[in-house]
Amino acid sequence: MSKRTLNILLPAITGALFVAIWYAVRFSMSEEMRFLLPTPGEIIASFQANGTELGRAALNTAEGALLGFLFATLVSSAFALALSVSSLVRISFYPYLMMLQMIPVIIFAPILVLWVGPGLKSVVVITFLICFFPLVVNTTQGLVSTDRNLVELFRMYRASRPQEIFLLRAPAALPYFFTGLRIAATLAPIGALVGDYTAGSSAGDGGGLGFQAIIYSSQAKYPALFATAAVTCVLGFVFVALVLSLSWLSLHHWHDSYERTDN
Amino acid sequence: MAATPIVEIHDVSKRYGDGPLVLDGLRLDARAGDFISLIGPSGCGKSTLLRLIAGLSPVTGGHLHVDGRTPDQAAAELAFIFQEPTLLPWLTIARNVEVPLKLRGVAAAECRATRDRVLELVRLGDRASAYPRQLSGGQKMRVSIARALSLAPKILLLDEPFGALDEMTREHLNEELLAIRQSQAWTAFFVTHSVAEAVFLSNRIVVMSANPGRSHTEIAVPFAYPRTEATRLSREYHDLVAEVSGLLRSVETTPA
Ligand SMILES: Nc1ncnc2c1ncn2[C@@H]1O[C@H](COP(=O)(O)OP(=O)(O)OP(=O)(O)O)[C@@H](O)[C@H]1O
Ligand SMILES: [Mg+2]
Repeated sequence: MSKRTLNILLPAITGALFVAIWYAVRFSMSEEMRFLLPTPGEIIASFQANGTELGRAALNTAEGALLGFLFATLVSSAFALALSVSSLVRISFYPYLMMLQMIPVIIFAPILVLWVGPGLKSVVVITFLICFFPLVVNTTQGLVSTDRNLVELFRMYRASRPQEIFLLRAPAALPYFFTGLRIAATLAPIGALVGDYTAGSSAGDGGGLGFQAIIYSSQAKYPALFATAAVTCVLGFVFVALVLSLSWLSLHHWHDSYERTDN
Repeated sequence: MAATPIVEIHDVSKRYGDGPLVLDGLRLDARAGDFISLIGPSGCGKSTLLRLIAGLSPVTGGHLHVDGRTPDQAAAELAFIFQEPTLLPWLTIARNVEVPLKLRGVAAAECRATRDRVLELVRLGDRASAYPRQLSGGQKMRVSIARALSLAPKILLLDEPFGALDEMTREHLNEELLAIRQSQAWTAFFVTHSVAEAVFLSNRIVVMSANPGRSHTEIAVPFAYPRTEATRLSREYHDLVAEVSGLLRSVETTPA
């Protein structure tokens, strides 16, 4: 069997097994408890019933996630460039960067809402905070890990500091940058969801998936809750797929991680 | 031909920080067109000497002039070929060769013309759009040579450029290097651990001793250029290789 067929067949089998177990668990539960685990059929039905609502919420969350993610990418890149200039700068900032990562965003969410207002703005800021750390750490690491010999070569040709940074260090850091980007891409939708859950609002845009989840659970609409989780999953996949394609586009020509293994 | 030397090394000494003397009282004058090989035990300061000439590191004592100026002022006349090909993996071969030209702000049209010419010189014109990882070790080294030649340097500094290659490839590249030299007038400082390579390539061989690095003996290589496979087969060549090898061994076993 070709590798391609296996790539599709094996996950399909695992998936079918999983659904079978799902049904088995459900029907082993007593009648009155069954509402806790809706069947895939019920979940799909609730998609149809709440489709417009979920779609709108998903778009709102996607917007928050994307904006926060893009912001974090831009700011962290600029920050990483500054950090890469000297180890003294890195030493001065690192503890605080760590702190930023350790701070549980949830605790500050209520204050954030007061600072920037509820809804999209808060969601973007929370997503930004969650994505920032892996991005800045990886990109900085990439910028300072340039091959010594290549740096020497650039010195030999008396390259200016900007030339060294933009023609050498930045492209050499791309694989690290994309590692950070991949991590951030998985975090961004979750970040936006958490942000929306704590700081979302029905005002204006009508809230995102997090806000929708609050409503569904208060109404005990459990199939709709599962549907919300599924939509968040899909959103995550879209983010990761986007980053993976970008990464492939800019690295596959030259980076060893995309080395073709001809067999 | 008593022209002024293109590289003057007068009583040059070097120590890194407050470490021990790495080079001590080194004297060496290179005339334009010289091909000087530096051989000596590991750690005797061969790479250090090249870095001093390149202006990548300052001398501690004595003076060193390149083309009548300090190494830093003469940077434009110098090119360095490292032991590794040191190519930028994200650039095609063509773009790699253009790097020094771009850094010097050479205009795009001239950049392309020069790049094509030097790639032709190392017979890699047809691989211009390939990426470094698609090339063999020997081919990558040829790209590195092409890149060094792109700025038409007066002085070429080579630090064991063929050390990582197999013997066949190394001999081919030796011949190619000499063939290129026929049409260009650079002066070379060539560090190697291979006596055969040193004898084949150079007109002067400087045997260095270690702790601290000093110039021990200088040997003139009398064979006329162009040198070919026939040179390698000649009796005189073999005798000289044996002589220099003996010398090198005596330097390596002499306690400092
Ligand atoms: N950047 C540096 N800082 C401190 N010491 C150095 C530095 N570079 C080289 N040295 C020391 O200088 C001495 C000479 O080193 P160098 O690399 O010039 O030797 P070499 O002759 O090229 O040796 P090899 O044949 O092994 O390449 C060594 O003792 C080395 O430890
Ligand atoms: Mg060396």
